[in-house]
Amino acid sequence: MTEIFSVFLLILLVITAAAAIRTTNLFVAVMLMGIFSLLIAINFFLLDAADVALTEAAVGAGISTVLFLGALAFMNEQERKQAPKRLAGLISVSITGLIMAYATFDKPAFGDPNAPAHQHLAPWFLETTQSAVDIPNVITAILGSFRGYDTLGEVFVVLTAGIGVLFLLDTPSAGAMLKRDEGLRHYLIPRMVGRLLIPFILLFGLYVQFHGEYGPGGGFQAGALVAASIILYALLEGQDRALEVLPQRVLTALMSFGALLYGGVGMVGIFKGANFLDYSVLSSDPVAGQQIGIILIEAGVGFTVTGVLLSIFHAFVARGRTQ
Amino acid sequence: MIVLDLFHYWTFIALLMMGFYTVIVKNNLVKRLLGLSLFQSAVFLLFIGIAKVEGGTTPIFTKLVDSQVFSNPLPQVLILTAIVVGISTSALGLAIILRIKEAYGTIEEDEIQSREEEAQ
Repeated sequence: MTEIFSVFLLILLVITAAAAIRTTNLFVAVMLMGIFSLLIAINFFLLDAADVALTEAAVGAGISTVLFLGALAFMNEQERKQAPKRLAGLISVSITGLIMAYATFDKPAFGDPNAPAHQHLAPWFLETTQSAVDIPNVITAILGSFRGYDTLGEVFVVLTAGIGVLFLLDTPSAGAMLKRDEGLRHYLIPRMVGRLLIPFILLFGLYVQFHGEYGPGGGFQAGALVAASIILYALLEGQDRALEVLPQRVLTALMSFGALLYGGVGMVGIFKGANFLDYSVLSSDPVAGQQIGIILIEAGVGFTVTGVLLSIFHAFVARGRTQ
Repeated sequence: MIVLDLFHYWTFIALLMMGFYTVIVKNNLVKRLLGLSLFQSAVFLLFIGIAKVEGGTTPIFTKLVDSQVFSNPLPQVLILTAIVVGISTSALGLAIILRIKEAYGTIEEDEIQSREEEAQ
């Protein structure tokens, strides 16, 4: 039954993607990509990736759509219909696709427990997590501890992207705005419903942050959720009110502080005589040390992601109001 | 059944090629960025598909589930972080497109190029 459902979802995914590409209206394309993200999140969930599904639903379907719509406000919604290289493109894409399809016949069957991907590291991670870190969520253990270097790198990529956007679009400052942003304040129904939702989204974000060791969640998802709740507030009450609640300098400090916290926890490991990002020395008990380390770096990740996503959102919106 | 066994891979290929097609054929820069994120989502689907183990569950130890078979956590970790990095890079791309729009007044690539030639 699940298999039929997942095949149905995959077909739906392809149809949505095809529609998003075919339409010449960019607004429609962006909305279809939002639906695509939601569908692929359900697919991830069916494939046992609850953490990934949560991230994709919050980031892909929520924040990404808002950002694209924010940017579309400056652009012509209608794509000019003309593509001279269409046939050549179609041919080269089909050939590449067919070669890849031919290669799939050598791939291990879907869900095969003996596939090479499941042989080497995966069993080790599953066995070692309980003895070395002792938290139920293996994903969080790998993300925070076993592959902490990777995650540190990703956090700095996110920070760099945030800094890049702020350089390209100027930091929003209240003085430069032409007039006060009223948001949806005069629309009763969105305002009332949104006001009811915001505290719960925020609460859920905090739950996901602090419960990430026990259930699906962690800093990345929590950061996206908290950012989403503030973005909703900004849409309802206007950007000025949102910037009064969380000014841009706080956001800038937040995103650098998160990355610093992560790197700092790594440095503490060095000063205590262990390797960079080795949390075992943070406490007298190595397992407790690992847990403290993971909680701290997850907090750092949450700070950075919230700060960067909100800064990007504000930069895009403010651009339209100063020009 | 071979079709069901390989269906995930084929969906991945279809999505990947659609994204690829959009990136190489379309003139509109926003559309290209959408194509790029489609390409990215296809890769996510491939990784998560590979991580799936028949009869497995989400890799979280809990007393609520008897099954001791877990799906592979490693690809899931890689994709989790990749999604957030993906949105950040998309936002950076959008910011660059916005500046291009302000400088050239268009986001169609051939028009940008002809304007560039006029200027020279």
